[in-house]
Amino acid sequence: MKLTLKVWRQKDANDEGRFVEYTAKDISPDMSFLEMLDIVNIDLVKKGETPIVFDHDCREGICGSCGMMINGRAHGPGRGIATCQLHMRSFSDGDEIMIEPWRAAAFPVLKDLMVDRTAFDRIMRSGGYTSAKTGGIPDGNAILVPKPVADEAFDAAACIGCGACVAACPNSSAMLFVAAKVSQLAVLPQGQAERETRVTRMVAQMDEEKFGSCSNTYACEAECPKGISVTHIARLNREFIAAQF
Amino acid sequence: MNPFFSFINSSVGKKLLMSLTGLFLSVFLVEHLAGNLLLLRSDGGQAFNDYAKFMGSNPIVRILEVGLLGFILLHIVNGIRLWLGNRAARSKGYGTYRLDENTTLQSRMMKLSAALVLLFLVVHLRKFWVPARFLGEHDIASIVYYTFQQPFYVVFYLVALFIVGYHLRHGFQSAFQTLGFRTKKYQMLIEFIAVLFWFVVPLGFAVIPIYIYFFAGSPVALVQ
Amino acid sequence: MTLNSKIPDGPLEKKWSTHKFNMKLVNPANRRKYKIIVVGTGLAGSSVAATLGELGYNVHAFSYHESPRRAHSIAAQGGINAPKNYSNDGDSVYRLFYDTIKGGDYRAREANVYRLAEVSGSIIDQCVAQGVPFARDYAGYLDNRSFGGAQVARTFYARGQTGQQLLLGAYSALNRQLDNGNVKFYERREMLDLVVVDGKARGIVARNLVTGKIESYSADAVVLATGGYGNVFFLSTNAKASNATAAWRAHKKGALFGNPCFTQIHPTCIPVTGDHQSKLTLMSESLRNDGRVWVPKKKGDDRKPKDIPENERDYYLERLYPSFGNLVPRDVASRRAKEMCDNGYGVGASKMAVYLDFADAIKRLGKDAVFQKYGNLLDMYKQITGEDPYQVPMRIYPAVHYTMGGLWVDYNLMSTVPGLFVLGEANFSDHGANRLGASALMQGLADGYFIAPYTISDYLASNKFAPVKEDAAPFKDAENAVTASINTLLSIDGTTTVDEFHREFGKVMWDYVGMGRTKAGLQKALKLIPEIRERFWKQVKITGNAHDINTELEKAQRVADFMELGELMAIDALHREESCGGHFREEYQTEEGEAKRNDRKFAYVAAWEYTGKSGKPKLNKEELKFEEVHPSQRSYK
Repeated sequence: MKLTLKVWRQKDANDEGRFVEYTAKDISPDMSFLEMLDIVNIDLVKKGETPIVFDHDCREGICGSCGMMINGRAHGPGRGIATCQLHMRSFSDGDEIMIEPWRAAAFPVLKDLMVDRTAFDRIMRSGGYTSAKTGGIPDGNAILVPKPVADEAFDAAACIGCGACVAACPNSSAMLFVAAKVSQLAVLPQGQAERETRVTRMVAQMDEEKFGSCSNTYACEAECPKGISVTHIARLNREFIAAQF
Repeated sequence: MNPFFSFINSSVGKKLLMSLTGLFLSVFLVEHLAGNLLLLRSDGGQAFNDYAKFMGSNPIVRILEVGLLGFILLHIVNGIRLWLGNRAARSKGYGTYRLDENTTLQSRMMKLSAALVLLFLVVHLRKFWVPARFLGEHDIASIVYYTFQQPFYVVFYLVALFIVGYHLRHGFQSAFQTLGFRTKKYQMLIEFIAVLFWFVVPLGFAVIPIYIYFFAGSPVALVQ
Repeated sequence: MTLNSKIPDGPLEKKWSTHKFNMKLVNPANRRKYKIIVVGTGLAGSSVAATLGELGYNVHAFSYHESPRRAHSIAAQGGINAPKNYSNDGDSVYRLFYDTIKGGDYRAREANVYRLAEVSGSIIDQCVAQGVPFARDYAGYLDNRSFGGAQVARTFYARGQTGQQLLLGAYSALNRQLDNGNVKFYERREMLDLVVVDGKARGIVARNLVTGKIESYSADAVVLATGGYGNVFFLSTNAKASNATAAWRAHKKGALFGNPCFTQIHPTCIPVTGDHQSKLTLMSESLRNDGRVWVPKKKGDDRKPKDIPENERDYYLERLYPSFGNLVPRDVASRRAKEMCDNGYGVGASKMAVYLDFADAIKRLGKDAVFQKYGNLLDMYKQITGEDPYQVPMRIYPAVHYTMGGLWVDYNLMSTVPGLFVLGEANFSDHGANRLGASALMQGLADGYFIAPYTISDYLASNKFAPVKEDAAPFKDAENAVTASINTLLSIDGTTTVDEFHREFGKVMWDYVGMGRTKAGLQKALKLIPEIRERFWKQVKITGNAHDINTELEKAQRVADFMELGELMAIDALHREESCGGHFREEYQTEEGEAKRNDRKFAYVAAWEYTGKSGKPKLNKEELKFEEVHPSQRSYK
């Protein structure tokens, strides 16, 4: 396959940035999208140019490092996948592909397609935990968690923190991300002690990071690689409101 | 900051305000529709005018009316705040952005439908509410009948009601999501009630101009 | 150098508790005065940083990722072992210890392994308290499954994402300490050198991957939790950034490297599809619980799997190992798959794959139950291959997965450089020559939560630390050396990219230092490796500069280190004239093709000492004594 890429190139955080056109030649449909970019990058380096910078690591859809806007879709066409799980068989010979970084004021571009998502970490830091100390913990079976509850918690906990929810949202809202963590710990018995302070602090931090507000378009759920449901956002809202009284 | 203000100014708080005011306005629509349906009685507008008179003189209703206007204003101002905040949250946009593949048209059109509803509201209030409240007009029914004899207003109102329905189609269920009621268990129920609000209520309103235009013959004043 | 493993005296089951009592403590009020650097924030790194922070030490944690949650621990799928005996099937600390020693083919330290088994139960409790959503039954009790190399169900799991959930648990514990200010996190920093002052590890030099700045950080102790070196092979199940640089540079500063040739080949990975392949994807071996491995009985059988009748299929693991069947340890399963393919029974387009079939499981349990247990794994397979594993058997092939070797550490997890502690996959300790499934998560967290915090305290309490400034000579020297090396790399401006070199080098490693090793092959590798390395330093092409984000430069440094480490792996593999666990020397096998150990000559840890750029690595031996478990020929029949 031969493809035309329009890739966002930006030298650093202060650079204006622009789209640059590249041709990707001899692309096999079995390649992953990132492997296609690897090939383009080898070409670029050989020509003496700097390669396209993008975050990536595990390449199996779990570390949450990779993420780019591909033809206007977070993680590209398809559902329930991270960019590394997108394969070139989703494209046809001759296609033109627009590749852009996540866009959000809270995710400043570091270089090319790499953005700074540490805002997520600062949110997690402001309460995304239980205050269990190491050691002196009762037996794991001392806390009973019926299967449906464990499953519900797991569904939320599956979040990989890639930021696709923010990227896909017209408001750059981080609600699905925050909701996933709040929800996981809100349904589990282990999360009860800090249930109210957690949601209040995490939402406050989310606002401080300048993420937008949720307008319930559910674009986040549609693009989430782990299919995290917006019902967790409803739970976050519920938890937040209840915590104010 | 005062905990109440930090609550209301938080992103979730702002959304909560949006949903509560929106739901209140939706409920008002039901009351409004119930009153308006009196226009369909062939009594020369008597029942409706009595109702209008009651609404204009009862002190509790008058207080509620001020509240209603306040809520409309709150809904608008708060909406604008959210809009500005959300715009700032993405200072630089995408070259290509296929939001259409992930969201419904009505959810993407909320700001536009809101602006159009506001425009409609201005015309609507000027047409019926201002004369009744400030110009001493008692026979509102006649004004209604007269207005809906004119094809332009019939079409204008039908389009406006469609847009109100469209706004509610996203807004109503969205309010329940914001309030945290939209769980897997209640999702179906909410969707069902939502249909009443975004479809049945606007349809009820739409019956009035259509009925007057096609079936009520001439202006009420002439009948009398 | 004489190696002192510092194994405490006394009976096996008392060693750790006695040692804990004998170790010195730091007064809580004084802990704040001690600064500890933790490099790497995966399971081991996050957990130790969190625990040390909680104890009150002044902890500085470094990661080349933007967030601890990106570490490759997150990709572990199957589960974590603990001998809770919740399944009432006869499990015990001793049995887990026994299984691990045996699974490691008698090349691990008894005392360490026993301690690992002993503390592993607490890990589960700890993780539960953190809110890790382990699988539960309807009554709310923790659920277990069985795993390769064990006949009891002792593996705790969270669907197929156990590593993710455990890492998020450790990350949350770390977050709590970041929140209260006990730990400071430095994101996107890559450690490029260890700084040793007066014989003690006193700091690191790191590159800020965003600004390119070379930064120095001093401390009283340094903890490396930087993972394994499977990416030596280019193609492995490791994440793309996983590398050996921190460990290798510590090695060059005096830390001995233990058993570098012990690499684990995981049997159930998705086969390679072409030259573009950038990494291999692992499918949890828990799939072997219900999936059946087979090949056609006829060589070169090109029929579709569903057209091959039952009696023409060879379920070779069940045939060869009737008691363990599909659940034999990883090394055995991998070797058998390779052997089947080498002998012409392979399937798929490349013929380098065997079938893993869920048809029976679906028939027996129903599609829903199979989905419940393995849904995400099967989906992942479908995404990558475009084939539906509910309809067609999956094709699998072994791939490099884990490295049992690593920096040599004593019982206190301290390397031969005083004050340098090494945790998790980065150390060599607990898995011997082969790691059993669901043991890596266990080891990382055992080291981080329950072992290192004690032993580091003991080290701090037992030593005096003169203050060291970050502009002191040893730091400046290290910074200069790092800068010089970066400048050299950038100035070469050759013709071949880093990836091309890595791929070429990795192929040599896989062909000659991979699953089956021979004397001739290893000798050939030892000729080829220096040759590629030399070419690398003459012809590598890196564009961009050192003052901003330069991913090519990052890779180049890592690959340069891999090329040195790869040579040591080959040297180690050549010297170890026996087969054990993941190290299979074709010359040394039983008549049935099983690994044949030589306990008389090789029951030791090979700890290699760096002797300078032109010197040959020097072998140091730590004899392994087996007082409890007597080495025997492993049998899984």
